[in-house]
Amino acid sequence: MIEMRQVCIRSGAFQLLDISLRIPTAGYAVLMGRTGSGKTTLLEGILGLRPVTSGQIELCGIDVTAHSPALRGIGYVPQDGALFARLTVEEHLAFALRVRHVPAPRRKQRIAELAALLGITHLLPRTPAGLSGGERQRVAIGRALSGQPRVLCLDEPLSALDSQTRSEICQLLRNIQQQTQVTTLHVTHNHDEAETLADHRFELIDGRLHTQ
Amino acid sequence: MTTGDAHPRETSPRVGGPDAWGRPHSPGTLALSNRLFFAALAILGGTYVVLIVAMLAADAAFMLQQSWSRAMRDPAGWQSVLAHNPMLTALRDPKIQYSIWLSMISCTVTAILSCLVAVPLGYLMSRTRFAGRQLLDAILDIPVVLPPLVIGLSLLILFQYPPWSWTARSIVYQVPAVIVAQWAVASAFAVRTMKSTFDHIDPRCEQVAISLGCNRLQAFAWVAFPEATRGLVTAFTLAWARSLGEFGPLLIFAGATRMKTEVLSTTVFLEMNVGNIEAAVAVSLLMVMAAIVVLVITRVWGASYEETISGHTPHP
Repeated sequence: MIEMRQVCIRSGAFQLLDISLRIPTAGYAVLMGRTGSGKTTLLEGILGLRPVTSGQIELCGIDVTAHSPALRGIGYVPQDGALFARLTVEEHLAFALRVRHVPAPRRKQRIAELAALLGITHLLPRTPAGLSGGERQRVAIGRALSGQPRVLCLDEPLSALDSQTRSEICQLLRNIQQQTQVTTLHVTHNHDEAETLADHRFELIDGRLHTQ
Repeated sequence: MTTGDAHPRETSPRVGGPDAWGRPHSPGTLALSNRLFFAALAILGGTYVVLIVAMLAADAAFMLQQSWSRAMRDPAGWQSVLAHNPMLTALRDPKIQYSIWLSMISCTVTAILSCLVAVPLGYLMSRTRFAGRQLLDAILDIPVVLPPLVIGLSLLILFQYPPWSWTARSIVYQVPAVIVAQWAVASAFAVRTMKSTFDHIDPRCEQVAISLGCNRLQAFAWVAFPEATRGLVTAFTLAWARSLGEFGPLLIFAGATRMKTEVLSTTVFLEMNVGNIEAAVAVSLLMVMAAIVVLVITRVWGASYEETISGHTPHP
């Protein structure tokens, strides 16, 4: 579950005011808004990458407002994937497990599971250089899910993809959500994505959140 | 049809196709002006390249000229020239051997020390915003803009005061002074290189690493630093080359004592002072060669490292 209560977030001269939202456990929420409406700022507030000036953020019933991003347990997929140039796909999937000192045999098993789920088993030894847009997003999603987070935040994950790949990844996101029951917040400005994926829809207009 | 599709210029000059206002250039003048533009760029930029190559060529020509006139004078001819070549003579001189050895060691130590401060400073400057950041940025430029002699003098004065003065006896006018003087200048260049390297690495990657549970050290060590390797190689090379050419601060802070604090740049100065231009040019050419070797090694190593990373798993 993701819950925000009267949250204000400032980003330079721009600010998000009095944001309240509730996404139930295993819900798939889509946050819409025009470019510059503060979608990413809101996401960064939930992730802890941007401090909130007031209000409260709860994840699965725990108040994480003052928690460091490292302790929030959120899987994060940024817009362009932001893959680690020096690591192989396998190392990407192992990243969260490595931080958590998961033993090697369990780690390998988890990587194999994830790679099969995402259809990237054949890419495991490769580095991000030369991966297609769709492959990059699959790796970024896999990296975010490897630590089995309770919450997944996606920042316009499909914006740079062609329509064929876009619908494939949409389907993949739906499957993942059904299998893992992860509470998901998906930021986009695309209405089709919202139609296909959303259980709950929100829209940011002029720094305020509207439930649709 | 009266829309003027067939004669856009005659019927609707303001709303027609791209050529409605007529061609901006005739094909001939366009090609000529483009050629002239690139020719102007090449000529203006080329003057500097010509100067660099001409300087090195002049050094080499001077050496050849000296060898030629010696061959003409000496009854043994070319055999004598080969045996008493100014470069070989310089290489055989124990004083110059010592100076080469000290230069190589001090430049390498300085480059390592420079990278040790450049990585943390560059990362801090690139990733954090704090009060006095602009001031710190300006302070880091001081060694770049300050006259080299002033840096040497300032170091000398600094070591008059505690706690520096406690170590002055074993540093000032001793071998460590060579490294301190080179480091004082070379680090500034290494810091600039590392800052711009980290500026070009997307901080979003570290944010993702942090959201995956990393602390700042892990995000730096596992994500940012591996991506900065190429910049680190450049910073090392720049610091090394800068140290090799350092002279002013060395002269004042380390002195120019033969077989003690003499490095290659000091050798050139000392040989010039005693009127031995031949040896000075020979040592200069040795420095040019050393610099070229280091540049080539680091470029080749950097390129092959990049290839290993990007070619780790070739695209099918």
